[in-house]
Amino acid sequence: MSTSNVIPGSAAVDALYDEAEHWHVNTGNASIHAKRLHGRWRTIKWASAGVWLIFFLGPYLRWDERQAVLFDIPNRQYHLFGVTVLPQDFWMLSLLLLFFAILLAVATALAGRVWCGFFCFQTVWTDVFTWIEERLEGPPPQRRKLDAAPLTRDKLRLKATKHGIWLAIGFFTGFSFVSWFTPAPSLWLEFFSGQANGAVYITVALFTVGTYLLAGFLREQVCFWLCPYARIQGVMLDKTTLVPTYDERRGEPRGRFEKGEGAQQRTFGDCVDCKQCVAVCPTGIDIRGGQQEGCITCALCIDACDEVMDKVGRPRGLVRYASLDELEGKAARPLLKRPRVWVYSAILLLALSGILHGLSSLDALDLKILHERAPLFVTLGDGSVQNRYTLKVLNKMPEPLMVRISVTGPPGLTLVGADAPVSVHEGGVTAAGVFVKVPKKNLTQEQAPIRFRVEAVRPNGQVIASERTSVFVGPPR
Amino acid sequence: MAENNPFPGENNTGHVWDGNLRELKNPPPRWWMLAFWASIAFWIGYAILYPMWPVGQEPTQGVLGWSQMKEYQEGLDQMVARRARFEDQLAAMTPAQIIEDPGLKQYTLAAAKVLFGDNCRACHGTGGAGNPGFPVLADDDWIYGGTTVKIQESIVGGRQPAMTAHEKTLTPAEADTLAKWVVQMNETVGKGGSDEGWALYKTKGCTACHGEKANGHVVDLPSGDFVTVGAANLTDGIWRFEPGGYDSARHTILYGVNQAGVTQTRNAVMPVWGPDPARQGQAKLSAEEIKKLVVYVHELGGGY
Repeated sequence: MSTSNVIPGSAAVDALYDEAEHWHVNTGNASIHAKRLHGRWRTIKWASAGVWLIFFLGPYLRWDERQAVLFDIPNRQYHLFGVTVLPQDFWMLSLLLLFFAILLAVATALAGRVWCGFFCFQTVWTDVFTWIEERLEGPPPQRRKLDAAPLTRDKLRLKATKHGIWLAIGFFTGFSFVSWFTPAPSLWLEFFSGQANGAVYITVALFTVGTYLLAGFLREQVCFWLCPYARIQGVMLDKTTLVPTYDERRGEPRGRFEKGEGAQQRTFGDCVDCKQCVAVCPTGIDIRGGQQEGCITCALCIDACDEVMDKVGRPRGLVRYASLDELEGKAARPLLKRPRVWVYSAILLLALSGILHGLSSLDALDLKILHERAPLFVTLGDGSVQNRYTLKVLNKMPEPLMVRISVTGPPGLTLVGADAPVSVHEGGVTAAGVFVKVPKKNLTQEQAPIRFRVEAVRPNGQVIASERTSVFVGPPR
Repeated sequence: MAENNPFPGENNTGHVWDGNLRELKNPPPRWWMLAFWASIAFWIGYAILYPMWPVGQEPTQGVLGWSQMKEYQEGLDQMVARRARFEDQLAAMTPAQIIEDPGLKQYTLAAAKVLFGDNCRACHGTGGAGNPGFPVLADDDWIYGGTTVKIQESIVGGRQPAMTAHEKTLTPAEADTLAKWVVQMNETVGKGGSDEGWALYKTKGCTACHGEKANGHVVDLPSGDFVTVGAANLTDGIWRFEPGGYDSARHTILYGVNQAGVTQTRNAVMPVWGPDPARQGQAKLSAEEIKKLVVYVHELGGGY
């Protein structure tokens, strides 16, 4: 650097060394009071945490006179804006879960624990809780002093306020959660007039207590000892994954920064061992130990280290987002040449197209055919072959329907037991047993395709129908 | 002991072995002890409230008076009460009336499926699919009639047909002709029997049971009903005894059905399910159960 002869702001660096004795790696026996700094990653973290506002505000979105997204469990209807999904369409849920599972995997493979560091509710809520703590009780040294101090009126007031706010956040977390399952505006009324369902009160209570304990007290210990994801990530990361890393080659050997020291005089590496990276870590680890289970890759240590590097006049990026390959001096493999990227993208695409297909092909009527298996077929007195089917007709319309059944299949077939239309009430399934007879001479194969069709006319004259293919079984050939 | 403790100040009990092996006082955590005592309190409460101590023949009964059998009986009563709505209606109805009512029919079929599985399936197969020697109930061939009334008769009183063994009364050539004729009749659904066969059929006394038309009807009544002794219909495409075909038909002709003393005779006995004189009038199935089975069998696919 051209500034090698400039004497950097050593007073500021001294102040860091003065506090360095307070920063310890988390061993699980003391609560972590992480230092808060401003910086690029801090800003990004707030922005990503803001995604959770959807969780609180989402239930108040309206669509067609009703809540836009409502998981109506008692009525077994799931409203997603213009679409209503019934339990029968729930195979889409498995695709949705697959999608998010793979999304988690792909994000982790590319850029480490993005979920943990920036989006996870445990991390985000803990971050908000500690932010409140800092607002009320001051920076970490003051907090430690307050914790150790005897109980005075002031301490009681501060602590009561903090726990009150924490509980309030916990309560709104639970309340918002319930709002996704029961209409939000009426929930407010019912909840506070004591008329809501018992399950609502229990859920809100569990969430309140859960949020309070998990984000207020357990905090990073959840990441260390409760969450399985910290343990799985080892198999998701590889040497090309970008993670916040300490550049060991540049930093080591670490050593104290001496007053007025320029780059020329320095005998150590760039790490000045100020422990600021430990100070800001919400899980209390030392990133200089390398990638580890406690690292949630929130990148706050990058902010801290960059600030120190500026103060001591060294280039930024001693701790930075880098892959192991990069640190070892290997060329980074381009994104598109990594098989993981292709495999993960293919699965993502598959799941997404499945969901889109499902949502766009939601029939108004749904037909399931159960072919009788005992007996598979029966030979009748006149030499014809009879098969028995149970048709399950699901009506997804908001009104009861009279459904007509028809069938096409082997020539000369007769449909028995479907002369009268079947009545199916709204959202309900009706089972109808029918027989199909085919003269034996018309059966050219042991199993012939047969297609059932159900059709109904809605009160507004719209004809809705659904078809499904089954099989007609005859004697072995 | 405390004065000569070689390891002072480490919270040990003062018990030292081999010079350095000692017992420390590390109590379990408070919450653990609380849970421990709470579980003992629970156990005491449980012993008072519920049956517990195996004293004498019967265990102590507990002050709540709870027992597994009582709980089971309560559950059973609830189920019976829930079913009463249907059962009360069924009691006053004939099987034919039940079939006309979609809701009751659904209920009856569900209830009878279990009865069928317990009592009928062993011979007639799941879903009435039949077994070798035991008639298929899902087809439309009813030797004794496929109306609900006839099916009920068959279940209540059982059926035990008889066919004479013709081993001694027919020459091998005659038996051969008749067996071939039966196969022709089966394959053509009664339309293509040889004249030779028909002639033998009529002269050898087969008509007495199988009827003039060979359809198993001894007399057709004006009401559409018919009189039968349980002889098979030879004019349809269904074999009474598996596997069907020439050898099988010939076997039946030679050795008959239910013939005492004929070792190779066919066995075909439907037991009595209603009040049985041989069992002092006791019935294996109640009238209600039989009624449900009639509906079930009728709806298997071939009832008329």
